Amino acid sequence: MELIAGIARWFADPAHWQGPAGVPTRVFEHLLLSAAALAIAAFVGLSIGLFVGHTRRGASIAVGLANLGRAFPTLAVMGLVFPLTAAIDNQLGFKVYPAVIGLIVLAIPPILVNAYTGVAGVNPEIVEAGRANGMRERQVLTMVELPLAVPAILSGVRSGASQIVATATLAAIFGGPGLGRYLVEGYAQRDYPMMWAGVILVGVVFAGVELGFAVLQRGLTSQGVQTGYVLASADHRSGTVRGEAA
Amino acid sequence: MIDWAWIADHLDDFVGRAGQHLYLTAIAVSVGFVISFGLAVWSVRQRRAYGPILAASGVLYTIPSLALFPFFVPVTGLTDLTALVPLVLYSLVIFVRNIVTGLDGVPAEVLEAADGTGFDRFGRFWRVEVPLALPLIVAGIRLAAVSTIGLVTITALLGDRFGGLGFFIFEGLRHSFATEIFLGGLGSIALAVAVDAILVRVQRRLTPWS
Repeated sequence: MELIAGIARWFADPAHWQGPAGVPTRVFEHLLLSAAALAIAAFVGLSIGLFVGHTRRGASIAVGLANLGRAFPTLAVMGLVFPLTAAIDNQLGFKVYPAVIGLIVLAIPPILVNAYTGVAGVNPEIVEAGRANGMRERQVLTMVELPLAVPAILSGVRSGASQIVATATLAAIFGGPGLGRYLVEGYAQRDYPMMWAGVILVGVVFAGVELGFAVLQRGLTSQGVQTGYVLASADHRSGTVRGEAA
Repeated sequence: MIDWAWIADHLDDFVGRAGQHLYLTAIAVSVGFVISFGLAVWSVRQRRAYGPILAASGVLYTIPSLALFPFFVPVTGLTDLTALVPLVLYSLVIFVRNIVTGLDGVPAEVLEAADGTGFDRFGRFWRVEVPLALPLIVAGIRLAAVSTIGLVTITALLGDRFGGLGFFIFEGLRHSFATEIFLGGLGSIALAVAVDAILVRVQRRLTPWS
């Protein structure tokens, strides 16, 4: 009870809503850090996933590597690159780059595997129909496979994004930016209201990102796929439940 | 860049920390599995329970580990339980979802055939439903084990007697000592990859048909 009152007081204090350690700044840092990692992870994961899904070349290597990457503890990746990034840049290399790289490694596997299973799972008869209509390979990918694989691709990006937003708090271990600072500093200073205010803020940002992706998923999925008129792909959900390509 | 002499001096320490890492992981995954199995069976029998169970374990999963590990210190003190309770809580959502999906995937005809063959409910559950759900159950164990190994590294936050190999990462950062950070980082990754590889073997052994 006392803790809850403390958290409420923490949020009510106007001093916590301004300046470099204020809520708006920390939330913005958290989102910026997450967005940077997600953008790079999505670029790498989607490029490889779509290429492999379309050509079927190197599928077992790509999916195998992605599944291997899933096993990597994020803090370990951050620690491992820290001495290297710190040697390159003595500002961001200490506080930001290790976290960004750790988060990229975290998010590539779900994005890549879902993009691959989504594209590879498109009904081959529809793909053949595209070719028979005189489409070039690039057009088959962008006009047939991609639209049909959108639900699978987005569910991969969404799961990568949620994992990034939840894990970005680890940046604070390196003195980095974002909401993790409330957790680390709250624990170090035994300021539990601050720590749990941080937990609540992470929860709010997490819910916001989930909601945003739910809206995006509806908006980007073509009518035919949404109504089930076109059977998009075999089963894009298996990729996330099993932790590997079905 | 790497201080090999330091590593040679600390091999015993490394082995001890790796042992602690595995010990915390094994206990947390086992306890998490037993609790989740109960919750999953309950969810399958009582559909109404599934939504709330999944929601509650999902919310637990989004609590950052940097906050959940310190949370139990006032209750449990600085004992193994402080690390184990959050580790178990984090494993629940993975396990429950996979076990329920696995049990749900058993086709109705198979259940009917089992009833027709004269299985009682207990026999049908253990000899028909569980074996058919096994691929997803074992996949869940794999995911939970790997995720727990990652989380154990973060328990180093609680103090020097925690963290498994993550201890070296934290201590290395405190002293800006690259060798120690490398040792902790590479060690944790190797441990996770090795456990994952072993569990893939187990998975193939147990479910050669999938």
